[in-house]
Amino acid sequence: MEKILLSGNEAIARGAYEAGVKVASAYPGTPSTEIFENLPLYKDSLYSEWAPNEKVATEVAYGASIAGVRSLTAMKHVGVNVAADPIFTAAYNGVGGGFVIVSADDPSMHSSQNEQDNRHYARAAKMAMVEPSDSQECKDFMAAAYEISERFDMPVLFRTTTRVAHSKSIVSLGERREQPVPEYKRNVRKNVCTPANAFLNHPKVEENLKALEAYACESPLNRVEMKGTKIGVISASIAYQYAKEVFPEDTSFLKLGITNPLPMALIKEFASKVETLYVIEELDPFMEDQIKAAGIACIGKELTTPLYEMNPERLREQIFGVKPETKEVGVSAVSRPPVLCPGCPHRGFFYTMGRHKDFVVAGDIGCYTLGAAPPLNALDSVVCMGGGFSVAMGLAKAFEATGQKEKKVFGVLGDSTFFHSGITGAVEIMYNQGNVIPVVLDNHITGMTGHQDNPGSGYSLQGEIAEALKIEEVLKACGFKNVIIVDPQDLKAMEQAVKAALASEEKAAIITRRPCLLIKRIKHDIGLCKVDTEKCIGCKKCLSVGCPAISVTEGKAKIDVNQCVGCTVCAQVCPMGAIEKEA
Amino acid sequence: MSQVKSALLVGVGGQGAILTAKVLVKGLMEAGFDVKMSEVHGMSQRGGSVSTQVRWGDKVYSPLIGKGAADIIVAFEKMEAVRYADYLKSDGVAVINDYEIEGATVAAGLAQYPEGTLEAMQAHFHCHVLKAEEIARGLGNAKCMNIVLFGSMVKALGMDDIDWEKVIGETVPEKFRELNLKAYKAGYEAVL
Repeated sequence: MEKILLSGNEAIARGAYEAGVKVASAYPGTPSTEIFENLPLYKDSLYSEWAPNEKVATEVAYGASIAGVRSLTAMKHVGVNVAADPIFTAAYNGVGGGFVIVSADDPSMHSSQNEQDNRHYARAAKMAMVEPSDSQECKDFMAAAYEISERFDMPVLFRTTTRVAHSKSIVSLGERREQPVPEYKRNVRKNVCTPANAFLNHPKVEENLKALEAYACESPLNRVEMKGTKIGVISASIAYQYAKEVFPEDTSFLKLGITNPLPMALIKEFASKVETLYVIEELDPFMEDQIKAAGIACIGKELTTPLYEMNPERLREQIFGVKPETKEVGVSAVSRPPVLCPGCPHRGFFYTMGRHKDFVVAGDIGCYTLGAAPPLNALDSVVCMGGGFSVAMGLAKAFEATGQKEKKVFGVLGDSTFFHSGITGAVEIMYNQGNVIPVVLDNHITGMTGHQDNPGSGYSLQGEIAEALKIEEVLKACGFKNVIIVDPQDLKAMEQAVKAALASEEKAAIITRRPCLLIKRIKHDIGLCKVDTEKCIGCKKCLSVGCPAISVTEGKAKIDVNQCVGCTVCAQVCPMGAIEKEA
Repeated sequence: MSQVKSALLVGVGGQGAILTAKVLVKGLMEAGFDVKMSEVHGMSQRGGSVSTQVRWGDKVYSPLIGKGAADIIVAFEKMEAVRYADYLKSDGVAVINDYEIEGATVAAGLAQYPEGTLEAMQAHFHCHVLKAEEIARGLGNAKCMNIVLFGSMVKALGMDDIDWEKVIGETVPEKFRELNLKAYKAGYEAVL
């Protein structure tokens, strides 16, 4: 069979194809996004889509499972928080066709707001969990996960971490195996979660978990690599790869692929064969706590840590006390925090917001989170997807209750986030008469995750033309009679829009509209701004827009020709008219 | 495990380190090595410091390189060499592009770009320093800087038993093939 280099995410997509998946729905989120970006490769065999959010995606995939086909959803770790409601009930109802939920965790928060350990979800929801440790396993374990899901009548949480999802390793491919689909029959007892049915489902779930635990003791996904009897290591996921490198050659391993329920009989047997047992896992002591509770002595977080991602050198130091040999060169690098790109349409909006000290701005998750960074300093809070509008509402109500009338509250989120879970916040502001201006930063794309289409972009995941939902019509339908649409790159217009919204008699909302410059299918007007060094007085006003293309050297502004795209935001703030766009 | 080699490619988002890693990995795979590669996506791409890690050998477990564990660092920007210097083995090699990208913090006047980065690296490690951006521009396109650096890396690691020109030819788009082959040779020759 053909061998190729695949990332874990590419391999999961391939695994879904080979396992005969027919319906797949997801919302993008690092580090899970590339799974679904790769599914359209197989669009002749399976349907895949971007849903508005993770909860919707999970419900769509679960609905397909009820219909009897194998289905898939995928999300980043915090996405599972959004999808938790249908997941927990799906675990009670059980499945029709196999149902796999990929949770891509992000230890060390490379691109996330926390490093929650989603293995706890498998235990809390009482469903199976499978954890691959490299790309080959990402592909092969998908087929195994669907078999487990169908055999034990439960969803499977397929849990990866950033280094499993984004690392590339060599994979041998297989063929697609089409799955028989039984004729659909209504099954109220199984699929309608009335209290009476749930009452009957719970004992069934407990039984299935017991049966799965017995299976997990025999499954090839959980394998013993017996070498010496001195040291034994129980590990799973990427931590297994690190441990293999760090522990001595004669160490025995129990490498787990099914990690919920834990195969406790197998663990006991393995533990009895070795003198010292280590449990090596990233983040929380998920396995260790259960193993210790079963009365098995082991060493884990006494030496390792629940913080951040592991690597071989950290692990070696934690377990064996061997510090890596490094050299201190004596010069330190300056931090390079992520910033809004040159020409980013959000820049003009945040520059405008930052100039008003009486504005309180609740932000959201996306590229525009970067509006919080200096020199823009234009955000008060960021919590979660969709939180921009509703957190703003809470701020406004608190200011109202405490007589702080001078504060002007804005809730800010992007177009994809608006469709994700911002609409309910807009409804809240209208229903409960919040003194909040909702602002949608519409750049026509889901930016931070790498440019995925969304309900407003006009295209589907599979590349077909889709109905482009109009944000202004949704806002109007929610009761915002005065929806002001503005080009955020025009600073005067931007300022006027903000003033007009604040002065509006009718409930007002703002949409800043300009496409992200990185959208490939749009032809952008790319130019170049130039500094007239005769006119430049070196006042550094242009630095206040936070553009990575501008600096001031030797008392004069300098524009990096390799980075500038000629958006003119810096030119608009220059008091001397020293910056001009080249004709 | 001693035969596993680790290379860390570091730079600033958008400098083309990923293509370089792609060429490296393709050649290594064709030569029969087990290969693992790790890169960071998402928020860290936007003008941030980025790193791509490649490890190869008979059998590779970890895709990640920890501190003091890299055989070579290829720095696409010179301050990035300093940032990741503690990932280099004490007898490791650094290929450094003598090229400066200030970054937002420096441009906004919130910090000073450090002086003496090259000298500091040279004082502690075996270094190959070249002006890859200038070389690439001289060849007609600054974008092939990544392949210039790749040529230097091949020379620095002595990986001559792989037909890299063939690998590059098969990896880059047809219309940039000749440019990149020239870039590879120029980079190779820029290192003594």
